[in-house]
Amino acid sequence: MTIKLHLLLALACLSSVALAAPESFDFKDPKGVNNATFKLDAPLEALSGNATGIAGTVTFDPAAPAATTGKIVVASSSMHVGNPMQQQHMLSDKWMDAAKFPDISFEVKELKNVKTSGDATTADVTGTFTLKGISKEVTAPVKFTYLKDKLSQRVPNQKGDLLVIRSTFNIKRSDFGIMPGQMEEKVSDTIELTLSIAGSSPR
Amino acid sequence: MRKSILRAVAAILILAAAGIWLAAGANRGWSKTSVPVKRTDEVTGITVDDYQKRFVPGIDFLGAALLGSGILAGASLLFRTKQPES
Repeated sequence: MTIKLHLLLALACLSSVALAAPESFDFKDPKGVNNATFKLDAPLEALSGNATGIAGTVTFDPAAPAATTGKIVVASSSMHVGNPMQQQHMLSDKWMDAAKFPDISFEVKELKNVKTSGDATTADVTGTFTLKGISKEVTAPVKFTYLKDKLSQRVPNQKGDLLVIRSTFNIKRSDFGIMPGQMEEKVSDTIELTLSIAGSSPR
Repeated sequence: MRKSILRAVAAILILAAAGIWLAAGANRGWSKTSVPVKRTDEVTGITVDDYQKRFVPGIDFLGAALLGSGILAGASLLFRTKQPES
């Protein structure tokens, strides 16, 4: 009887550890809503568009969100703006050089000022942002929304959890070798980036 | 005769361009060949702009029409008006 009780307790402990374990979320989205938008001020009209070629994994533990790690990658070639000439210039070797530098990435180093309320966690994330082959440390505000058991609502017959990540931050194109000091009267040096992505962790 | 035709074509060109620009929403930005259409995922609440192919003329379209019209009107000045015989 005592042995059975001990076994049950051990199983209960193991299951609670398993529940609290960090989950790995895959950000390749079958619904195609994951997106990163960019906006640069310009005299006539702001240059804005988005990129939907998102991939990467993030390891997140709702019980210990400060320990979050991971890397998000955006395909340069998936960047799109409405004007065809601007599109051509943007992907050319003078600006993004998408052929030579196909990936834009952000790799998490650490989280600070972590605050959790319900299923939402806010923090300041510091990581390595790589654009056009140049890597710089960037700190950005981030919001994680942990949606437990919601994966089946997006992907039928697939049990698991979802993690939504949102972040808006600014970078300077001159810091990443994108026409530094040039054409700033036509296109601002500051680029506003907004990331809205959801990752899935199937069980 | 040629002078009148060129001036008429110039006027039609600028009026047609202005009409197309106004009908397409009087976009004061650059012309676009695709426009964003918002789509929201109900579960995650994420909104994405899906780009759909559609031509939206901008001020560069109006400018090109104005330039073309000006060239036609200018070319009409190269033709002499026939003076009535006295």
